[in-house]
Amino acid sequence: MGTLDRVRADPRLKWAGVALIAVALLALPFVLAMAGTAWVRITNLAILFVLLSLGLNIVVGFAGLLDLGYIAFYAVGAYVYALLASPHFGLHLPWWAILPIGAAVACTFGVILGAPTLRLRGDYLAIVTLGFGEIIRIFLNNLSEPFNLTNGPKGIATIDPIHVLGVDFSSATRIGDYALTGTMKYYYFLLAVLLVVIVVNLRLQDSRIGRAWEAIREDEMAARSMGIDTVRMKLLAFAMGASFGGVAGGMFSAIQGFISPESFILTESVMVLSMVVLGGMGNIWGVVLGAVLLSFVPEILRYTVEPAQRMLFGRSLIDPEVIRMLLFGLAMVVMMLFRPAGLLPSAVRKRELSTGRDDGDGA
Amino acid sequence: MSLLALEKVEVHYGGIRAVKGIDLVVGQGELVCLIGANGAGKTTTLRAITGLAHAGGRIVYDGEDIAGAKPHEIARKGIALVPEGRGVFPQLTIEENLAMGAYTRGDRAAVAGDVERVFTLFPRLKERMRQTAGTMSGGEQQMLAIGRALMSRPRLLLLDEPSMGLAPIMVDRIFEVIRQIAGEGVTMLLVEQNARLALEASRRAYVLESGLVTLSGEASALLHDPQVRQAYLGE
Repeated sequence: MGTLDRVRADPRLKWAGVALIAVALLALPFVLAMAGTAWVRITNLAILFVLLSLGLNIVVGFAGLLDLGYIAFYAVGAYVYALLASPHFGLHLPWWAILPIGAAVACTFGVILGAPTLRLRGDYLAIVTLGFGEIIRIFLNNLSEPFNLTNGPKGIATIDPIHVLGVDFSSATRIGDYALTGTMKYYYFLLAVLLVVIVVNLRLQDSRIGRAWEAIREDEMAARSMGIDTVRMKLLAFAMGASFGGVAGGMFSAIQGFISPESFILTESVMVLSMVVLGGMGNIWGVVLGAVLLSFVPEILRYTVEPAQRMLFGRSLIDPEVIRMLLFGLAMVVMMLFRPAGLLPSAVRKRELSTGRDDGDGA
Repeated sequence: MSLLALEKVEVHYGGIRAVKGIDLVVGQGELVCLIGANGAGKTTTLRAITGLAHAGGRIVYDGEDIAGAKPHEIARKGIALVPEGRGVFPQLTIEENLAMGAYTRGDRAAVAGDVERVFTLFPRLKERMRQTAGTMSGGEQQMLAIGRALMSRPRLLLLDEPSMGLAPIMVDRIFEVIRQIAGEGVTMLLVEQNARLALEASRRAYVLESGLVTLSGEASALLHDPQVRQAYLGE
């Protein structure tokens, strides 16, 4: 860490570092495209998961409220986009109108989930949020009758892609000799959104709101005695987390062009929570790292496990799909044993585990 | 002019009446104590004043009935509570805990000044300002809880059992500070099981028994009251 701190202390070195990272991020899709377009698509999905993890981090990491149904807000955002920009209802609103609507609707759902659970903590809150996530998914699956709102398990197809200044993001654009594929365009779009979301998160953490969440996470009763409106702050955490989820969902719809309830199962909620925990609850950069790793490692395993088996045993013994999840699970267990506070723990979590205290809220 | 006046305050927990209609007055600048045995309703009374427990009757603070107001609204009106068992934020540092105490205030420069004031009151906290609150001894946590409450510049400070679970030397130190704060003109309502210490420090006192005020008056008079001496001073 010593070198890194020195780099941080020197503003010139710091900006040089930032510029370097920026160039690397801008060049990334071209490098990945050499390995195959699939990798650019995987990167896009990874960024969506980073957005989701950052949203969930507000609820779990900042405010300390365990949410096991977070994917529901992603689903809400995705369906709002799909319904407002597809032949299903014949509506074709522009993305810049739909994403805020999606965020607002998801935010409303966040409050709907938050309001009845204000008195719950830890395990009980986890159970209710888990149920909430399932309710949303089951509704999506069944709301094709009596009025066809969601088209049920068949999902919604031919969702409009994003258009910016007349450029269609679903197909390639030729710039001189280079072809900028749709996936690459989405990458830049997502990167821009991610930047905004990270800045918002960093500002939030340092704000009065962030401090209020911190106090609530530590001791809700004491927080109230400090003059913190805990009801409002907890609802705000749910609402903000949900809004970010809703935006991510909208972009997921636009990128995929097709959505169905199957994309929003409990496993996805668990995955996003794993990203937050693995990266380091409450630490924004940790959460980003966790989401990137958990998005890429399974994909890398998908492509390496089979050749590795062939090399070692001459044939494929175990289906890559099976061994991939096995290795993934093993990696999670090892991580939690050796770095229980996450890869990049937040300052407070690090203290929590090193002092070995259990303040018993379970979240 | 009284800063706080409780009129027929009642608190129910489920079907149980923990506080059965008490009247209590705290004058501006006064240090008043509320003594009584375990389960007499002392903490519940404080919970009622701070809005943490739902109370019936009237709780008049600064000419306004605050019964039924939300805890955070009451805190913003200038009532600070040092909770039973201290209630510090265990994973936050001393500094961060104190900053939380000033949550409702916007005047940064004055807040920084008040942190210094708390550090003069409790030099021990300054030595440990970057340490987490959970790693400190009970007495230090109690100092921090009092310091944190002072950070809001309260007009009324409520202390719930500040001596509980502390070493005798620490108890003396805490009461020394309570006297000092009172000397600076902060109005205080002190709840204590250690009746002797509380009565010695206070001007007036109330004795609470099974949710009712059974005795009240000048603290010095109660110290010599045979009934109090027998029941609470162990004589």
